[in-house]
Amino acid sequence: MVLSRLVSKPADTFSILDAVAERKGLLVNYVPHAVALGLVVVDAKPGEAWLKVPYDAKLVGNPATGVIHGGVITTLLDNCAGVAVATALPDLRSIATLDLRIDYMKPATPGLDVIGYTRCYKVTRQIAFVHGSAYHENPDDPIATTAMTFMLGANKAPPSAWQGAQS
Amino acid sequence: MSDGTASSKATAQPVRSTDEVRALLDAIPYCHFLGITVEDGADGGIVSRLRFGEQIVGNAALPAIHGGVIGAFLETAAIVELLRLSPADGTLPKPVDITIAYLRSARAVDTLARTIVTKHGRRVVNVRVEAWQDDPARPVATAQGHFLVARDEG
Repeated sequence: MVLSRLVSKPADTFSILDAVAERKGLLVNYVPHAVALGLVVVDAKPGEAWLKVPYDAKLVGNPATGVIHGGVITTLLDNCAGVAVATALPDLRSIATLDLRIDYMKPATPGLDVIGYTRCYKVTRQIAFVHGSAYHENPDDPIATTAMTFMLGANKAPPSAWQGAQS
Repeated sequence: MSDGTASSKATAQPVRSTDEVRALLDAIPYCHFLGITVEDGADGGIVSRLRFGEQIVGNAALPAIHGGVIGAFLETAAIVELLRLSPADGTLPKPVDITIAYLRSARAVDTLARTIVTKHGRRVVNVRVEAWQDDPARPVATAQGHFLVARDEG
């Protein structure tokens, strides 16, 4: 889908935030695995993003308890951070995860959706730095916290949605 | 180290065969969703395999596997090795923390991973994991982390 159809401004003043405001699914619907997981963009601001992964039996990592696999939290936060970095950047550049640390505070509660929150707190010429957490309802009672770094412009293939916006 | 003898014994003698670990893994829905299986390693160890499929793609333009899926795969590969070694009653080890270094873009082919148990304590285990595609000498990602393995912890 061509992005310019989704935003009201001409392409030369394209803003990812306009796109987010008008169609939140834009930032994840071009990521096949995000679609497979059912990731939803709850909200996004410059350098900040909130994504949700709905509870699903296919994501269970412990069949004895029904708790979702830690890898679901990793994927939620990695994708969430990608959106936070994209909205922090003034231009369209590729974003590649360099390093990702997750600390698990407690298991996710079976049956509940998980919210991921990430904040891109620093961008240099080549690297973006992100902190974040995953929780059910209360951000002060996290399931997991994360610290990540991203390489900017590491390859010539920005996300498909961005390419569509430029063509 | 005071429990050095116990830990070397734990790492030297696996308590489960690859088939037995596979049976435990097959009961995990998320491993089916991602396409993770296990097989015998060349060195007598166990190797985890992430089968490539369209549903694990993160960047369709390259194409490349989603970084989160690679992280999930490395975490699973660590659990696989701990299931092979741990005398516990099949209770799954709980991740405490994991740090993943992304070294190369993971292309649209199968990915393999092996785990080295750096330290097997009574409650906490430290692991290193390496994932590669065609050449084990050119890893696409590595991980280091800690898992709780005690049965009676809260």
